Amino acid sequence: MRVRTRVISAVTAGGALLALSGCGAADMTKQSSPYANAAGARTVTLSVQSWVGAQADVAVAEYLLKNELGYRVDKVQIDEVPAWDALSQGRVDAIMEDWGHPEQEQRYVKDKKTIVSGGDVGVTGHIGWYVPTYFAKKHPDVTDWKNLNKYADRFRTSESGGKGQLMDGSPSYVTNDKALVQNLDLDYEVVFAGSEAAQITQIEQFAKQQKPFLTYWYKPQWLFKKVPMTEVKLPEYKEGCDADPAKIKCAYPHTPLKKYLNADFAKKGGDAAKFLKNFTWSEEDQNEVSLMIADKKMSPEDAAKAWVDKNESKWKGWLPK
Amino acid sequence: MATATASSPVRDTGIGALLRHRAIGKLLLLAVAAAVLVPIVNAKWASGAWPDALTVDLTEPLGRTSDWIIDNRDSHPLFIYFFGHVSNAIVLSVRGVYLVLLAAGWAGVTVAAGLVAWRVAGVKLAVTASAAFAVCGLLGMWVPTMQTLALMIVAVIASVVLGLLLGLAGGLNDRVFRILRPVLDTMQVLPAYAYLLPFALVFGMGVPAAIIATVVYAAPPMARLTALGLRGADGGVMEAVTSLGATGRQRLFSARLPLARKELLLGVNQTIMMALSMAVIASVIGAGGLGDRVYQALSSVDVGQALAAGIPIVLLAVVLDRVTGAAGERMGAPAAGSASPLRGWRGWSLVAAVTVVAALAARFADRVDWPTGWVVNIAPPVNTAKEWMVDHIYTGVPVVGGTADWASHFTTWILNPARDGLQGLPWWSVLLIVAALAWLIGTWQTALTAVAAMGAIGVLGVWNKSLDTLAQVIAGVAVTLVLGFAVGIAASRSKRFERMLRPVLDVFQTMPQFVYLIPVVALFGVGRAPAVAAAVVYALPAVVRITTQGLRQVDAAAMESSRSLGATGWQQLRKVQLPLARPALMLALNQGVVLVLAVVVIGGLVGGGALGYDVVFGIAQGDLATGLVAGVAIVCLGLMLDRVTQPTERRTKKGA
Repeated sequence: MRVRTRVISAVTAGGALLALSGCGAADMTKQSSPYANAAGARTVTLSVQSWVGAQADVAVAEYLLKNELGYRVDKVQIDEVPAWDALSQGRVDAIMEDWGHPEQEQRYVKDKKTIVSGGDVGVTGHIGWYVPTYFAKKHPDVTDWKNLNKYADRFRTSESGGKGQLMDGSPSYVTNDKALVQNLDLDYEVVFAGSEAAQITQIEQFAKQQKPFLTYWYKPQWLFKKVPMTEVKLPEYKEGCDADPAKIKCAYPHTPLKKYLNADFAKKGGDAAKFLKNFTWSEEDQNEVSLMIADKKMSPEDAAKAWVDKNESKWKGWLPK
Repeated sequence: MATATASSPVRDTGIGALLRHRAIGKLLLLAVAAAVLVPIVNAKWASGAWPDALTVDLTEPLGRTSDWIIDNRDSHPLFIYFFGHVSNAIVLSVRGVYLVLLAAGWAGVTVAAGLVAWRVAGVKLAVTASAAFAVCGLLGMWVPTMQTLALMIVAVIASVVLGLLLGLAGGLNDRVFRILRPVLDTMQVLPAYAYLLPFALVFGMGVPAAIIATVVYAAPPMARLTALGLRGADGGVMEAVTSLGATGRQRLFSARLPLARKELLLGVNQTIMMALSMAVIASVIGAGGLGDRVYQALSSVDVGQALAAGIPIVLLAVVLDRVTGAAGERMGAPAAGSASPLRGWRGWSLVAAVTVVAALAARFADRVDWPTGWVVNIAPPVNTAKEWMVDHIYTGVPVVGGTADWASHFTTWILNPARDGLQGLPWWSVLLIVAALAWLIGTWQTALTAVAAMGAIGVLGVWNKSLDTLAQVIAGVAVTLVLGFAVGIAASRSKRFERMLRPVLDVFQTMPQFVYLIPVVALFGVGRAPAVAAAVVYALPAVVRITTQGLRQVDAAAMESSRSLGATGWQQLRKVQLPLARPALMLALNQGVVLVLAVVVIGGLVGGGALGYDVVFGIAQGDLATGLVAGVAIVCLGLMLDRVTQPTERRTKKGA
């Protein structure tokens, strides 16, 4: 009697599960967000990366998708590498700004074909080491890596032990800094701020006190407008010099930033997919919107509206004919 | 920590002497064992840190596993016939609940919340519940709140069902109970961050993985309390029921479960609270909702916006906690039910009817969505306040120095020596110290578990990082205890102060840690000091609460007699209250350790480095090996610290 009920309930539970998911094989490549297309709206799900430049891309795309094309936009924030995975499964429809992930590109775009390239964002990214301009002006030779050891004690903090502090940011960002410090024989300790927010907060703090600091940072970035920084020259980048992560001895490359779309969405996404492929703007445009969001604390929507109102000629061309 | 446990005031009575005698015996035995083993070990692997010969590198196999999952997820039967269905079912249920909530509109949801609260917990809570939902709307967070609520409802139901099943098995069968306990322990100590990534790989990014991670974290209290309730069923009643010829199933449903009602409800309550605390953490794998808003606000360093998304989480937690808590109390006194005409199903149908009317009214008035005009933007004033704080107390405050100076001193004088000291100890001596501490406070089994946990850390190859984390935890616990005991003693002496403190503690306990990360960095800079500060904020409320309660429960007669002997308040506290409240204080220590450790991962986001950073790195880079190994190391640290700080007598009495 007890056994029978157990079997019956197990079967019912299993059956319910199958019924819920439409019987047979479940396709893990087609699972949109449960919040997508709710209440009769057409929605696009965009992945927002944690830096403000990417937020600016998404804000403007969202504003135009909403007001010009009649879509609702859901945004989810996911770290860079997991975002590729989400994109391939259809959890998100597009990544608006990717800084180059050759491994993921090989796997998803070339091998599995679940993701397609959406073209350039129109912005070129560059990672480097920076010191505040107020410090570089007083000590011009600090901007060459060969002289960095001379200044190590000026960059010392309680976290860096007896060495100078090179501040790195979020663990999701591309960095060779530990290897660089080692291979260039620099008297520095890489201290990871752990998140971009923590790093920005610390940089602003240093700047307020006009203290010297050395940090990993990248362009384009709105913070340069608030805290002017000067890049430290590292040994020149040459194609392939970063092939072996342990032996790296050169600067970071300049990367044209790219958009990526879920393959299914690119095919069937209609106007939204066409629009996202057409989306391309300049570094100044992006910085303008970023600064409004991050520094003036405008909501991304208001910032996007302000830019859209001023630049009609630029975005008109993105709309599908 | 060592002094807190070892130098406990044991009076020189016969038992005390015996106890100390036994302690000396244990230490002697350990010393003899060490004298034999250490030279051998030293001859074989003479090194300060954990010897390389004794480590296992898991990078290769774990990396291959994660590649295999990604490559086979779309084709392997295991995924398309099992995991795929599980995640589809989750997506569909969350979507279903979300659509219902959207259809009810803000009016329907607010009214329903008020009515349900009124039905189970009375008028006062009904007002609180409705007001709480209205505030979520006012803050401009209506849609994310509904997304989080949908996620929560599904996750809580799943956790409660799973917890009930596990608890039933454990409550009715001794062997299952014994097997279950370490499993539940691990589920709770495992930092959620560590298993988010594997779940996201298997079940897919976003909601499915988030729900499953939440269930893993939130089901244990339900299981524990269910088992506890079933085992605690009154023997007399059970005897009577059996003598009436009831079958096993009848006994379970007519006697055991009803008798355990109170524990079951407490279990639901605990499950809800734990599930909510996962809501934010799950946002790092794209679960959406309020957590995502907090997370997004933080990347533009917008504390105000993060707070606007954090407040609804706190409100949801407070309302759900109070309502389920009140329901539990009412259930404890069933006879007190007034002869209201709205008891039972009639009350519930009225709740449903009024809700439908409210929802329809809003629909006809075309006000389904929260009106945009009714949104208050709290971000600017909050950000202004933060800026002011940073400008005025960060550095250079006369006499006391600024917060940045404190942080720097804390790092140089406490954190650095602690870390360097621990890392400088030969590895075998760390094992010996752990063994001694655990054995002194417990049995040889406790000591063995603690040493094995510490040994596992070495084998995994994260010895130095773990000791760095351990130094941070010890420093954090020390600060927490000093502050917690001080505030707790003050609160136990003044009812008024305690009442004022309660909402503050509530907020600290339920506010997602992400929200105060940025203020913490703004005040203390980047590094280990802000990580410790965040941990202290999180662990303090529990320590204060347990201390206050422990001191309050000290036998009134003892207090009275000491007063009649002319003891001053200070003497009373030192000679009577603190010694008598020792079990509670030990529990406070234990909770402090566990909670501080729980924030270690979050500390990785503000420069805490060590294991926390590795876990975060694992998620961010999709690197299963780094993340999982660091996660397991944190579990081992937690296990070791728990064994070293929790006396065995109490653990056996805890029941589950």
